[in-house]
Amino acid sequence: MTSDKQHVFDKPRNVQRVLYLLYFCCAILFILDFIIHRHMMHPWEGLLGFYAVYGFVGCVVLVLVAKWMRTFLMRDEDYYDRNELDQRELTGGNHVGS
Amino acid sequence: MWAAEIPAFVPLFIGSLLALFTRGAVRSILLLAIVIASGIHLWLIPGGIEVEMHFMGYDLMPYRVDELSLMFGYVFHIAALVGIIFSLHVKDTMQQASAPLYASSALGAVFAGDLLTLFVFWEVLALSSVFLIWARRTERSYQAGIRYLIIQVLSGVILLAGLLAYGSTHGSLAFEYIGLNGIGSWLIFLAFGIKACFPLLHNWLTDAYPEATPTGSVFLSAFTTKVAVYALARSFPGTELLVFIGAAMTCFPIFFAVIENDLRRVLAYSMINQIGFMICGIGIGTALAVNGAVSHAFNDIIFKGLLFMSMGAVLHMTGRINGSDLGGLYKSMPKTATLCIIGAASISAFPLFSGFVSKSMVMAAALEEGYHYVWLMLLFASAGVFHHAGIKIPYFAFFAHDSGIRTSEPPANMLLAMAMSAVLCVTIGIFPGWLYALLPFDTGYNPYDATHVLTQTQLLFFSALAFVWLNLKGLYPPELHSVNLDAEWLYRRFFPSIVGNTFARIRHHDAELRSKMMGKFYDFTHYLEQLYYPTSKSSQIRPTGYMVMWVAVLLAVYLWLLLSFVD
Repeated sequence: MTSDKQHVFDKPRNVQRVLYLLYFCCAILFILDFIIHRHMMHPWEGLLGFYAVYGFVGCVVLVLVAKWMRTFLMRDEDYYDRNELDQRELTGGNHVGS
Repeated sequence: MWAAEIPAFVPLFIGSLLALFTRGAVRSILLLAIVIASGIHLWLIPGGIEVEMHFMGYDLMPYRVDELSLMFGYVFHIAALVGIIFSLHVKDTMQQASAPLYASSALGAVFAGDLLTLFVFWEVLALSSVFLIWARRTERSYQAGIRYLIIQVLSGVILLAGLLAYGSTHGSLAFEYIGLNGIGSWLIFLAFGIKACFPLLHNWLTDAYPEATPTGSVFLSAFTTKVAVYALARSFPGTELLVFIGAAMTCFPIFFAVIENDLRRVLAYSMINQIGFMICGIGIGTALAVNGAVSHAFNDIIFKGLLFMSMGAVLHMTGRINGSDLGGLYKSMPKTATLCIIGAASISAFPLFSGFVSKSMVMAAALEEGYHYVWLMLLFASAGVFHHAGIKIPYFAFFAHDSGIRTSEPPANMLLAMAMSAVLCVTIGIFPGWLYALLPFDTGYNPYDATHVLTQTQLLFFSALAFVWLNLKGLYPPELHSVNLDAEWLYRRFFPSIVGNTFARIRHHDAELRSKMMGKFYDFTHYLEQLYYPTSKSSQIRPTGYMVMWVAVLLAVYLWLLLSFVD
């Protein structure tokens, strides 16, 4: 069967290669900040690596806040269903309709 | 001249009627031919058509063609064509007849020149689209469809109330610039806002779209919200309130998208985020901003459709759509994975993809007009959209841990539809001039300057780096089977429970009172029973001597009384 076949990302080495490529791109982009003169409209844009830092910090904050939101927003999967649906239908969540 | 007087919605309307009475290959060919013919028809008609009529004392303009409406007309045809190709394998009259009607009512709405015509198509939009949700034929989708329909029809009713109030004060129902002044315009604003998913009014989208059929959600993603964006762009450009509403819309859904498990619901949240950019652009209201809003709507219909198609294909082939159940699908669906990544790159606004050439206009306009904090919010949202739609969707569906699911590529028609959208995404990204030529204003904007390309690429790559870092550190929240509370909790849980509790309390008191009354009544009947039952006092058979004795007693008393009171 196909499940025995080795796929690209089954090898950890290949995953590592993708990550190294990403790190390399990030480094290049950060260095380019020194070379290319950016025209600026917002006062913060002049800060060194503003976009890089903003993107990184923004995403970390986004994920951590979202994770924290789970503590008070998360409910069981059948939270609404058990009131709204007939009990017999509770399994109908993920079925293909067409 | 071409038969320009035929309104643009007519061919697809006829198409939906024909779809009711045909089957199989005939229906497929007819639908394809009609949507292509309708597209050519629209391409050939010149701008500036205005059809007027007089009805119940109002001057109406049921059909008006100008640059703004043409732009939406074109992209609605692209969406309809792609959607019909994507659903060619479906054999379900309910969906295949309602989808063209839905597209046709969207066309009718954007080419409406007065509010009354808009209202009619506004309601047909709601009524025709709900069948794409019900066609899933589960109890869940039925309930979600009902909620969707109630909210959509409510939006229509508010629009009707608003247009009547507006018409009576202004003496005109023209679907033109309205602006926020007076109760009528506020009601119209609210009606548009419901369909455009303003914060707290947004849950119909995240509730209903993920419950639609795999093909239905592709149609749904294209029309309803974009009609609302068009309506806002037409009637409320430059309304400052929209800047802040739009900025809020770009930011709050991304938090929900990060923790949401159902990948089509993630897309629904990211749709609100994208609409936020458009609303923000409309609110800023300069030529550049409105151009940005409109072109982003154009691009969003294509790339969001592509993402919904790729997730629809996954749902169709595996029967699963939760991030926690999927993973490793690139092994068996490499083409779908590639097409999904193109959609993801477009929505994330990577240079050379379509989102880049439109979203940047809104951002630039925000800066130009001095909305610095709004700009920071939009920038945060741009990083966030890459995080949840650009990375999360492809990663959890096609990569991540191997779920062990082995399937195959979806049917050829699905792949073709996705490929068409993907080609459009890349083409618009590389040759934005083609898109800019359609825009209502000429601003000479060039997205490909060194600063912009560099900053956007930095933002995105370091967002990706954040994703990798969080994953390696084990800080990334795992996909969990769960429901996350949102504003819908108010009407799905809170109000029902309040109403339920109130009624329960009333029922309780009522029952108590009645049981007390019944208790009294039973006591009384019991007493009567006791009196008249065979063994009871009144039914006892007593010897005649009793009677004689009592008569004697009576006589004795009588005599005694006579003796005592002789006179």
